[in-house]
Amino acid sequence: MSAPALERPADGPVDTAALQQQFDAVIAAGHRIEPRDWMPEGYRKTLIRQIAQHAHSEIIGMQPEGDWLLSAPSLRRKAILLAKVQDEAGHGMYLYSAAETLGADRADLTDKLITRKQKYSSIFNYPTPTYADVGVIGWLVDGAAICNQVPLCRSSYGPYARAMIRVCKEESFHQRQGYELLMTMMRGTPEQRAMVQDAVDRWWWPSLMMFGPPDDDSPNSAQSMAWGIKRHSNDELRQRYVDMSVPQAEVLGVTLPDPELALDPATGRHRFGAIDWDEFKQVISGSGPANAERIARRRAARDDNAWVTEAATAYAAKHAADAA
Amino acid sequence: MSGPLAEVTAEGGHGAVPTGPQVPVADQPRVSRRDWPLYEVFVRGKRGLNHVHVGSLHAPDDEMAVHAARDVYTRRNEGVSIWVVEAAAITASSPDEKDPMFAPSGDKVYRHPTFYEIPEDVPHM
Repeated sequence: MSAPALERPADGPVDTAALQQQFDAVIAAGHRIEPRDWMPEGYRKTLIRQIAQHAHSEIIGMQPEGDWLLSAPSLRRKAILLAKVQDEAGHGMYLYSAAETLGADRADLTDKLITRKQKYSSIFNYPTPTYADVGVIGWLVDGAAICNQVPLCRSSYGPYARAMIRVCKEESFHQRQGYELLMTMMRGTPEQRAMVQDAVDRWWWPSLMMFGPPDDDSPNSAQSMAWGIKRHSNDELRQRYVDMSVPQAEVLGVTLPDPELALDPATGRHRFGAIDWDEFKQVISGSGPANAERIARRRAARDDNAWVTEAATAYAAKHAADAA
Repeated sequence: MSGPLAEVTAEGGHGAVPTGPQVPVADQPRVSRRDWPLYEVFVRGKRGLNHVHVGSLHAPDDEMAVHAARDVYTRRNEGVSIWVVEAAAITASSPDEKDPMFAPSGDKVYRHPTFYEIPEDVPHM
């Protein structure tokens, strides 16, 4: 159900404490909150912000790879890329649908994206100058997304968790097509191998930033975890991602651009170098290489395609009139 | 890069405000998708299964809602049949587990087969 929260019957004063207690009990039991349940206003707002930001990331995320749709090196690669970019649109739709169950309006959310009142993942503000970027986005960026999203399948808000289950099923294809693309290039010419290494050098650090600021600089994380919206901390997921990526890089035959990256034999986990959080802050706040272009294109997509909306509305009106 | 995007330059510092001619304005298309009703989408995964709720979308009418649902929710053979229904047409109970609507069934344990003790050597039961 996507209807907004049910109005409680007006047969007496609303006992907020009792509702809060019931909400807390559902969270404590590991059960899901569903759209018409009472929920604290902070929980609703946090979810709308997070789900909208996630949806915007999927929608803006079509652009870096979409740039290569008309230049894919073969029909096979083009069909794969087309399917992948279409999936990103679909993921955005699942998530906007989840946001609407909380009373948000998806046209409003798009407006907030275009007017920069809401953010999207910093990673999509980096350019894709070579075709190896398509492969590295699939491997590293979608790999990081999977790391983030798999735990969200158990998020405390039912519609969000269910949307994430659909998304995760499709992300696996995204990551594997990227890795396979890179393996193909690594079997190619020295120039092709150099292209892959160059793309890895450019995407590795930004992909580590996808997990968000370090735990001691992430003020909302504790509350989100208490509410069961998030299940793991940013640093915990980042560490998991590094540990997963290192052996994948070895099989591929590329070097991750971090001289400090090393296995800690005591813990079995990888130590890695310091992340440039100044760069992260600049990119997330709008000064990345492609921020302006991404937003301008999203705005153009809405405005230039307004005629499609108008035509569909006119078509529906005519059919309704003919049927009457 | 060519076209209108070439004229957009990022002004750093506080948010890459486009300084080209496309300065954000709160314009709205004349007909907006926000006027389209919300539809709930149900998909039958395969023959023999029920239709299951999968999500929602906006569409200008029922027929276009079915087409949009196909693109959004069944890109990988997830279904053999789709239902769409305007969200406003659904009447629902509250799903709240403590809702009094479902309380009467809570104390009727005799409605479950496990309520009845039958010796273990009674076959086929």
